[in-house]
Amino acid sequence: MIRRLVLWLDDRLGAASFARKALRKAFPDHWAFMLGEVALYAYVALLVTGVFLTFFFTASGEDVVYQGSYVPLRGQRMSAAYASVLRLSFDVRAGLVMRQIHHWAALVFVAAIVAHALRVFFTGAFRRPREINWLIGTSLLLLAMAAGFTGYSLPDDLLSGTGIRIAYSVLLSIPVVGTWAAFLFFGGEFPAPVTIGRLLALHIMLIQGLILAALGAHLAIIWHQKHTQFRAPGRTENTVVGSPLWPNYAMKSVGLGLAVIAVLAALGGLFQINPVWLYGPYIPTTVSSPAQPDWYIGWLEGALRLMPNWELRGFGHAVPEPFFPGVFLPGVLIAIFALWPFIEQRVTGDRAVHHFLDRARDAPRRSGVGAGALTFIVLLTLAGSNDVIARFFGVPVETVTVILRGVALIAPPVAGWVTYVVCRELRAAEGRPAGAWHALRRGAGGGYLTEDEKG
Amino acid sequence: MRPGERSIAVMLVLSIGGSLALTAVYAAGGQPQLEGILLAVALGALGAAIIAWALRLLPHEAVTDVREPEPSPAEIRAAATTAFARGEEQLTGRRTLGRLLLGALAGLALVALFPIRSLGPRPGRSMFHTEWQPGSFLVDGAGRRVRDGELAVGSVITVFPDGYVGSPVSQTLLIRVEPDQLRLPAGRGGWAPKGYVAFSKICTHAGCPVGLYRAAAHQLLCPCHQSTFDVLRGAAPIFGPTTRALPQLPLRIDADGYLRATGDFSAPVGPGFWELSS
Repeated sequence: MIRRLVLWLDDRLGAASFARKALRKAFPDHWAFMLGEVALYAYVALLVTGVFLTFFFTASGEDVVYQGSYVPLRGQRMSAAYASVLRLSFDVRAGLVMRQIHHWAALVFVAAIVAHALRVFFTGAFRRPREINWLIGTSLLLLAMAAGFTGYSLPDDLLSGTGIRIAYSVLLSIPVVGTWAAFLFFGGEFPAPVTIGRLLALHIMLIQGLILAALGAHLAIIWHQKHTQFRAPGRTENTVVGSPLWPNYAMKSVGLGLAVIAVLAALGGLFQINPVWLYGPYIPTTVSSPAQPDWYIGWLEGALRLMPNWELRGFGHAVPEPFFPGVFLPGVLIAIFALWPFIEQRVTGDRAVHHFLDRARDAPRRSGVGAGALTFIVLLTLAGSNDVIARFFGVPVETVTVILRGVALIAPPVAGWVTYVVCRELRAAEGRPAGAWHALRRGAGGGYLTEDEKG
Repeated sequence: MRPGERSIAVMLVLSIGGSLALTAVYAAGGQPQLEGILLAVALGALGAAIIAWALRLLPHEAVTDVREPEPSPAEIRAAATTAFARGEEQLTGRRTLGRLLLGALAGLALVALFPIRSLGPRPGRSMFHTEWQPGSFLVDGAGRRVRDGELAVGSVITVFPDGYVGSPVSQTLLIRVEPDQLRLPAGRGGWAPKGYVAFSKICTHAGCPVGLYRAAAHQLLCPCHQSTFDVLRGAAPIFGPTTRALPQLPLRIDADGYLRATGDFSAPVGPGFWELSS
């Protein structure tokens, strides 16, 4: 049956020569190579649950009075968007579990992309000839964050509404074009009634179209360039050794995909996420405290909180405070991240083709920069929860902010330097393995000596 | 059953059981926790079975692919370059047409901007004023006019101009303090009768409502990014990321004891923007 289908296809597409090679394609086995696949399968879960959610969501800021089955909010005025999310959560069978799986999948999607990017960075997999795929991967990370933020904003609850408020203010802060950009993007001065509809269009169409296109290109290029691999006996720069696509790798990958989605289903069923009914509808005169965004926005929120009060004024114009931590800093960091393959080529002068992966110790300078940058981002993310930290330790939030300001400046270079030194020492120690056993004997002088020492 | 098959069979049966149980739960009206965990069992046991199948039952064979070098062979590169150059020669050399072509593309680029312009209204002066007018009554969230004597020293309420309850741009904090403690900036004499001071509730940093009042310290705190303002000194910033004071609303108490605005705020409300001058 399948044989006949294959023959039928080959008669029309001549696909057999491709299939013959493709089915025997080698996929190197290493757990770290699965991180990108975890992101891919989380994305599958997002698409499936997301289509379902779209059928129930009303993208409208129109004022309605809630009459649904969630008693505490009955009779309250809210947007039609928020009311539709309540209906989905309480009155649609399997609606809540689908919504929660969707949210968890989004959190895991971005986390898996970040983990995958770190793996690619610290192993030097971005080196020639894979610079283009690094750029596409960077775009995918940014698109995933944009998809996450727009999706998180759709329910129009008090928490996400405050998030949109801040995003509007950050856009507003851009020199020269900020006011126009904010008015055009959000459809007028905040809060504009058309904003929710626009976020939905971006979330389900434009951003997903771009993600699918970039993802297709990402995978096609990996397929064409073949995988990188770690050094091992019998491997060379000119060969790839691994499991064949059919059936070994296909089975393992499909199994992994099912396992990833199973974990997302368990998270969605058992662990409450984004309970918008507890936050209440968005009211522009109200705010909740403490308020945290989804984890991947935390570093931007933290930068806004840590930044000292700088503002440029002059010639009848202002560059307000949020521009520096909200636009300039992330812009510079993202640019360095995206252009890293070219920066490293410039610094090291190494423009050769590399199909073998580095270990972190093989490139101490790269590992040092990566560790420093990672430390900085983690500290900014912590700063995004400075009020929670202050409450936990029972200290004033001002103290936490001042301490974190200092730590965010000092810790990254220290972490980078320590990483650099450790990597360099590990590499230098390669010839004399630290774990080897040495028989010791007591010498005549009372000291301990190894076998070949005289004493 | 052949050796090694038993545990995989158990997992597959578990997956079938999960799907059947999920069907039962769904048919019975659904229950989020059970739906999630049963879906996880159905998917997870199937995934585990497939992985175990791949690891235990399939032969472990390593295949070796040979990489083709990334640059194409030299003669193919040369042929591609030549093909491109030949086409280029056929196009260039027609100077007038080339310039007109660029002009046509530039025209289309301009036309492509129009849909973007249609996305929103011109900002104009809308950022520079609110709904507060000279004589506006201060009303609370229920639309009730606020009168002298209703607010004790140390307390705060959110007020709006009469007719604009809930207005996002005109939301205002009305606070009562001891009049002799006030150290308002120069030129604001008479703005705070009997210790009633009113400030925009929109934070000048990123626009969150400045929702927390530390009455003992006379400080307003924005919960989003912790910008802190000194109420006694005209809501001047004393901590956090903002540089600008909360704009103040000038007040008076009319003959009937009602609190009223005598004009709009002392500055544009909310976060800064390019056109904002000092």
